[in-house]
Amino acid sequence: MSSSSNGSAKAYWAANKRVLALCLSLWAIFGFVLSIFFAEPLNQFEFFGFKLGFWFAQQGAIYVFVVLIFYYAKRMNYLDRHHDVHED
Amino acid sequence: MSVQTWTYLIVGLSFALYIGIAIWSRVGSTKEFYVAGGGVHPVVNGMATAADWMSAASFISMAGLISFMGYDGAVYLLGWTGGYVLLALLLAPYLRKFGKFTVPDFVGDRYYSRTARIVAVFCAIFVSFTYVAGQMRGVGIVFSRFLEVDITTGVIIGMAIVFMYAVLGGMKGITYTQVAQYCVLIFAYMVPAIFISFMMTGHVIPQLGFGAELNDGSGQYLLQKLDGLSTELGFAAYTDGSKGMMDVFCITLALMVGTAGLPHVIVRFFTVPKVRDARSSAGWALLFIAILYTTAPAVAAFARVNMIETVNGKDNTGTLYSEAPEWVSNWEKTGLIKWEDKNNDGRMFYHKDPALNEMNIDRDIMVLANPEIANLPAWVIALVAAGGLAAALSTAAGLLLVISSSISHDVLKNVFMPNISEKQELLYARVAAAFAVVVAGLLGIYPPGFVAQVVAFAFGLAAASFFPIIVLGVFYKRLNKWGAIWGMVTGIGFTAAYIIYFKFIVDAAQNVPANWFLGISPEGIGVVGMIINTVVALVVSHSTKEPPQHVQDLVESIRIPRGSGTATHH
Repeated sequence: MSSSSNGSAKAYWAANKRVLALCLSLWAIFGFVLSIFFAEPLNQFEFFGFKLGFWFAQQGAIYVFVVLIFYYAKRMNYLDRHHDVHED
Repeated sequence: MSVQTWTYLIVGLSFALYIGIAIWSRVGSTKEFYVAGGGVHPVVNGMATAADWMSAASFISMAGLISFMGYDGAVYLLGWTGGYVLLALLLAPYLRKFGKFTVPDFVGDRYYSRTARIVAVFCAIFVSFTYVAGQMRGVGIVFSRFLEVDITTGVIIGMAIVFMYAVLGGMKGITYTQVAQYCVLIFAYMVPAIFISFMMTGHVIPQLGFGAELNDGSGQYLLQKLDGLSTELGFAAYTDGSKGMMDVFCITLALMVGTAGLPHVIVRFFTVPKVRDARSSAGWALLFIAILYTTAPAVAAFARVNMIETVNGKDNTGTLYSEAPEWVSNWEKTGLIKWEDKNNDGRMFYHKDPALNEMNIDRDIMVLANPEIANLPAWVIALVAAGGLAAALSTAAGLLLVISSSISHDVLKNVFMPNISEKQELLYARVAAAFAVVVAGLLGIYPPGFVAQVVAFAFGLAAASFFPIIVLGVFYKRLNKWGAIWGMVTGIGFTAAYIIYFKFIVDAAQNVPANWFLGISPEGIGVVGMIINTVVALVVSHSTKEPPQHVQDLVESIRIPRGSGTATHH
């Protein structure tokens, strides 16, 4: 491997880790913070006939998870090309 | 036509479809057998993963569990979907780039150790058998109710079907059968859910009906009514939790990490052509799963209201047993509903207080009985039976393939008989699959416990064994073989010991929060096992020498997508 492609691989890995940190933070916020830790206080708010904390725990977080994975896939496809490590 | 005729017809047609696909897609090479040739489209793979993943527990038990648990049911909803985020972000792309056949393959190569490989094989087989036991019990329940055969016969029919497509078709057969099974199971799940949602709230989308106003003219929201009914009968309000927050958190996290660590799910990401496909395929899988998983809590709430109103009557004083609807007596025959007239008034009554409660209702029946409870047509009831079977059989097949490839590929080919030809390896893979089918059948005939409960254990064990070792293997180059081996052994050892202690050694009365470690139930203890695994792995790695250069190069190479095509042919 030449030094320039090595540098690119390093930059790619660093960028990858930043995307991961962002996505995993959102995963934790929706999966744990809003749905479990703060479910009770959030339940004071009403959201289309649901108590809000209950809605996050039984519906909302799941929608966020789906969106997160597609966002991650899209973002990584861009990074693969940008750092020239994509396949074919 | 009667329910019976419809059941034979719909279940028969769906089985004919699965077997047809098995014959059409039978395989000739180990690569086709283990990873379907590696050329599955990401959307197709997503669908197959969804079927592979959604088991008898998801289809049959989950809505029932949520129905009885209320808010606390979120542990299953969040846990079993959130794991896909971890899988997509931390495992799938790297394992696809690594490009071999099994999880122990990765562990064996990354940790350059036959011992690590054997520990991983042991974990894979242990997790898979724990899990498959629940599936076979699910098959037994469905057959015993709908085909009116005894559970043993039901399990044997299930074994014969799985045998056909797992042994003949390997991963290729399983993949395409699972696509068909996904379609059957999601259709079967959605039809009654849509019917019931429409009948109760006027919304055709159950996810919306769940939060809507009831149709009965009371002007009450469904969930308001359910909260009211629950507190009136002595339960916690449906939308409030009754478990400790720490326990809810641990169970959710254990299920998430366990999902990401389940070998039969991980192996599905070896079957797509490219790294980028592995990422998007996880998204498709979760989308297909989310259709069922966001419907399940709605079904749970509808079923709960229906169940309470049928048993206790509109005025909440009990319904005369002589006027009970047919589903009550149908399910009494299977022993899954029991009525005991404690006050001799001839009425059924449901209440939290055991002194007042006269109904013993098994949670596993809620989905299966739902169409009957809501008086839906006979063909819908038959469809649900076919869906439950599709869910149980698809997961059983995926697990059996993991067991068979662990035995033939990881144990025989890579440890004991490195010189066997591909043809022999394929033969051994088939023999191992057949053997696994028989063991799974026996576990189904003599089930070790509740469907969903047994499954929860498999997750704890998967969380405590594979997940940390694979993630660290990709993200932490310094982790060496001693760290990995000791991490896995201590993680799975602790978790198994804790579960066995509370579930099988002490009596049930001792299995309470006061006796648990930090208030964490056996279902959530996998999180602690995972932490132990990670800490031990890091400490042991740091006090021993770093992994050899070629392993560090391997880690560098799996971090970038380029070149995944060639890696498969090593």
